[in-house]
Amino acid sequence: MRIRTAGVVAVFALALAASGCGGDSDEPATKESAKAAGGKLVIWADDKRTAALKPFAEKFGQENGVTVEVQAVSKDLQTNFVTASQQGSGPDVVVGAHDWIGNMVQNGAIDPVQLTADQKGAFNETAVKAVTFNGQLYGVPYAMENLALIRNTALAPEAPKTIEDLVATGKKLKAEKKASEILCLQSGQNGDAYHIYPLYTSAGGYLFGTAANGDYDPTDLGVGKPESIEAFKKIGALGEKGEGALKRSITPENSIATFTGKKCAFLVSGPWAVADVKKANIAYDITPVPGFAGGKEAQPFVGVQAFYVASKGKNKALAQEFVANYVTRPDLAVALYQAEPRPPALTAALDQVKGSDPDLAKFTEAGENGQVLPAIPAMAAIWDPFGKAEAAVIGGADPAKTITAAGKTIAGQIK
Amino acid sequence: MSTSPSGPGPAPQAPGREPVGSRPEKRRAARDHATTTMTGLAAKVVLLGLVAGIAIWAAFPLVEAEKWVGLALLAATTAGLFYLYLTRRHVPAKYLVPGTLFLVAFQVFPVLYTASTAFTNFGDGHRGSKQDAIVAIQTASVKQVPGSAEYALTVATKGDPATGPLVFLVTDPATGTVSVGDADGLRRLGPDEVTVAPGGKVTAADGFTVLNFGQASARSQEITELVVPTAGGALRSSGLSRAYEGTAVRAYDAGCDCIRDSETGRTWAADESTGSFVAADGERLAQGWKVGVGLRNFTRVLTDENISGPFLGTLIWNFAFAIGSTGGTFILGTLVALALHSPRMRGTNLYRVLLILPYAMPSFAMLLIWRDMFNTDFGLINNLFGLSVNWFGQEWSARAAVLLVQLWLGYPYMFLVATGALQAIPRELTEASSVDGASPWQSFRSVTMPLLLIALSPLLISSFAYNFNNFNAIYLTTEGGPFPADNPTNGATDLLITYTYRLAFGGQGAEFGFAAAISLFIFTIVAVVSAVSFRRTRKQEEVYA
Repeated sequence: MRIRTAGVVAVFALALAASGCGGDSDEPATKESAKAAGGKLVIWADDKRTAALKPFAEKFGQENGVTVEVQAVSKDLQTNFVTASQQGSGPDVVVGAHDWIGNMVQNGAIDPVQLTADQKGAFNETAVKAVTFNGQLYGVPYAMENLALIRNTALAPEAPKTIEDLVATGKKLKAEKKASEILCLQSGQNGDAYHIYPLYTSAGGYLFGTAANGDYDPTDLGVGKPESIEAFKKIGALGEKGEGALKRSITPENSIATFTGKKCAFLVSGPWAVADVKKANIAYDITPVPGFAGGKEAQPFVGVQAFYVASKGKNKALAQEFVANYVTRPDLAVALYQAEPRPPALTAALDQVKGSDPDLAKFTEAGENGQVLPAIPAMAAIWDPFGKAEAAVIGGADPAKTITAAGKTIAGQIK
Repeated sequence: MSTSPSGPGPAPQAPGREPVGSRPEKRRAARDHATTTMTGLAAKVVLLGLVAGIAIWAAFPLVEAEKWVGLALLAATTAGLFYLYLTRRHVPAKYLVPGTLFLVAFQVFPVLYTASTAFTNFGDGHRGSKQDAIVAIQTASVKQVPGSAEYALTVATKGDPATGPLVFLVTDPATGTVSVGDADGLRRLGPDEVTVAPGGKVTAADGFTVLNFGQASARSQEITELVVPTAGGALRSSGLSRAYEGTAVRAYDAGCDCIRDSETGRTWAADESTGSFVAADGERLAQGWKVGVGLRNFTRVLTDENISGPFLGTLIWNFAFAIGSTGGTFILGTLVALALHSPRMRGTNLYRVLLILPYAMPSFAMLLIWRDMFNTDFGLINNLFGLSVNWFGQEWSARAAVLLVQLWLGYPYMFLVATGALQAIPRELTEASSVDGASPWQSFRSVTMPLLLIALSPLLISSFAYNFNNFNAIYLTTEGGPFPADNPTNGATDLLITYTYRLAFGGQGAEFGFAAAISLFIFTIVAVVSAVSFRRTRKQEEVYA
């Protein structure tokens, strides 16, 4: 009996100790936030941006006497954010691509941001358009990105004016055994809608029509329309059974590496490829992606990285202050650019850094006629079927049949 | 959709066949003499202390969220555990309860949760309650009144910064006049009552305490909720230093159970069967809510042509894939194990180490490497053999390729378990059969193989069940492709799980309810196959045991 009583006493002592341990770890946190008068801002970003953001977030905290925490979410940031928001454990601010807006809005996860006309005017017009959804501004853009044609100037000194020029040069290089591929434009077995889009638009295709308020209109689907079939006929002619410029063996994993390995003279890629190209010591130049001869302009997608205010954040007023009044300052945009070189969305910041980085201006120029990547939820239904249709056509499938089927699939998934 | 990142099959425990003779006696002796060792007592105290600690730790969030049922459940479980381990009775339960608890927490609960989700429309756009959707719609519709001014905002209180009633001190940028605003409206302040810094920020005001950002952000929620009515709309804060005049264009009208747009007069009526607000012309607001949809998800699986059409073909390939992966690895693994089991074999340890290597590497990375090795122009396989086969571009080569990858990834596991099982078979048996004049093949077929199968059948069944749902093996290599040109939703190497993943998550936002319904279908198929196989194994055991 004695042992049992002793056991019970010991158990409770330990339980208290165990729960007391939990209390201990809580204590410093309460003290700290008391010091900051309860003001704490939590920001979620992906790994790379977390590192870039930390110093500025801390500076904001020091200037205003609040605690700022930047947390890295390395995988599925958007999904995690939406799920966590729903459960009330999400952050106050999230950083991400503008094409998330549609899904975040339909889940009630982000709030509109109110910027003054002056503030809006300071941004690149396309960037503002990108973060506008249903007539409301949902995020504050800070960087833009789009595709361009990166060219090995040692192999191809002249920038091609049309795709036909490019293919001719590429074929010549291949015949002279100076390169093994005509063009490095990633596709893979299941296609890549983002990278083929400039060619698709140049050949006359479109994804969504434009609604009265300037947004994309999901009820006017361009995939499966005669224009898209014509466009894919032209793309198919460049494919494996045609010119051999577009190949399914060129994948997201190997396209940049093939270019830096000097196996192809032309690479269609974005600012993220430049670091690798520089490392490989290749003489290069950046020009807009050329279109088909006699076709329309080749329009790449323009994507924007932006800051969003979470609807269910615990400190919304501070989050709005940070997003609307702090992130809009040019010095921050410049600093973010230095941490990760993508063209800033603030015109003043872009002008400031343009001089020291000629690539930046070239990418911006390549994106000037670009199209804003649609943020409507319907866009999510496009990627997969469109990419697969592209891969099939590149492999030699009948464009009319393939694109009609893809259009039907996409239309079936849009609600 | 949980897929284990390593190995083609989880290593299930060998069936409990070890003798259990000695324990009960010991326990009875312990009960009779009532002697408890000090280590035993210490372990008990520590473990129960941990249970109590975890329970207390888990109780706080439950209390905070006012989840009383959960709290009651937690208290009952903890009390039950204490009772069980502090009495000397209920000895069998002492052994069974921990396993049962884990079974409930990690198996039964997820299955029940999945099943209950299958009857809802839970997914993107339908995650929260109707109230959440209404709040989201109203907040999203707040627009700045056209032509209205932007004000510099200073947050202040009457009295104590932490508890006093909040007011907004707003400075008109054009005139520089300061007004004080609260829920009752705006009131002008005289220029002598306030000190205004350049830029419009108020630094001091008679009768008010100006809050700094830290103090203000501690009351963030109140600030966001404070709306100062004005003639044109209402003043709202945009952060802590700016205010604007805005109106919520859309509002919920309980009378008609609808959302009304005050600008256009358009209404969207609540549709409780789909969990969304729908206009008369069928236009749906994006923000919806979660509702029960009954059997709709299940009937969709059965009636949707896109799903039921290619279902049979996918199912057949799925069986072929699971049987091929399991069978192939089993045959190769057993052959290698037999070769190394031979007493004449030298350097077996070295071989064993080499053979285990593929198993030791993370399959996640290996699958990606294999995918690149099958590349038409840059892949190792084509370069090595001088081929130009588009492996993943054609139906049958893609299927052969994924099976080959599975074989490479999985045979070390089968080799391991077969080696173990072979060593458990007494050599006398084969020796005896050879004395009786049986050829090596005969003795293998009639003696070794059946004994091996008895030990390995449960593993084969679980390996089959795992491979039946081996999402990674397909998604990281072919992604289900190649796809026929006219159907981008169903590819030649698609398993049911990858196919339905694409259906539930590939379209416009995730549909968790639908995905749950499909996984219940797959669960049923795997459960039936496993049950039938286990029954057959038992019969086999009866024959050979």
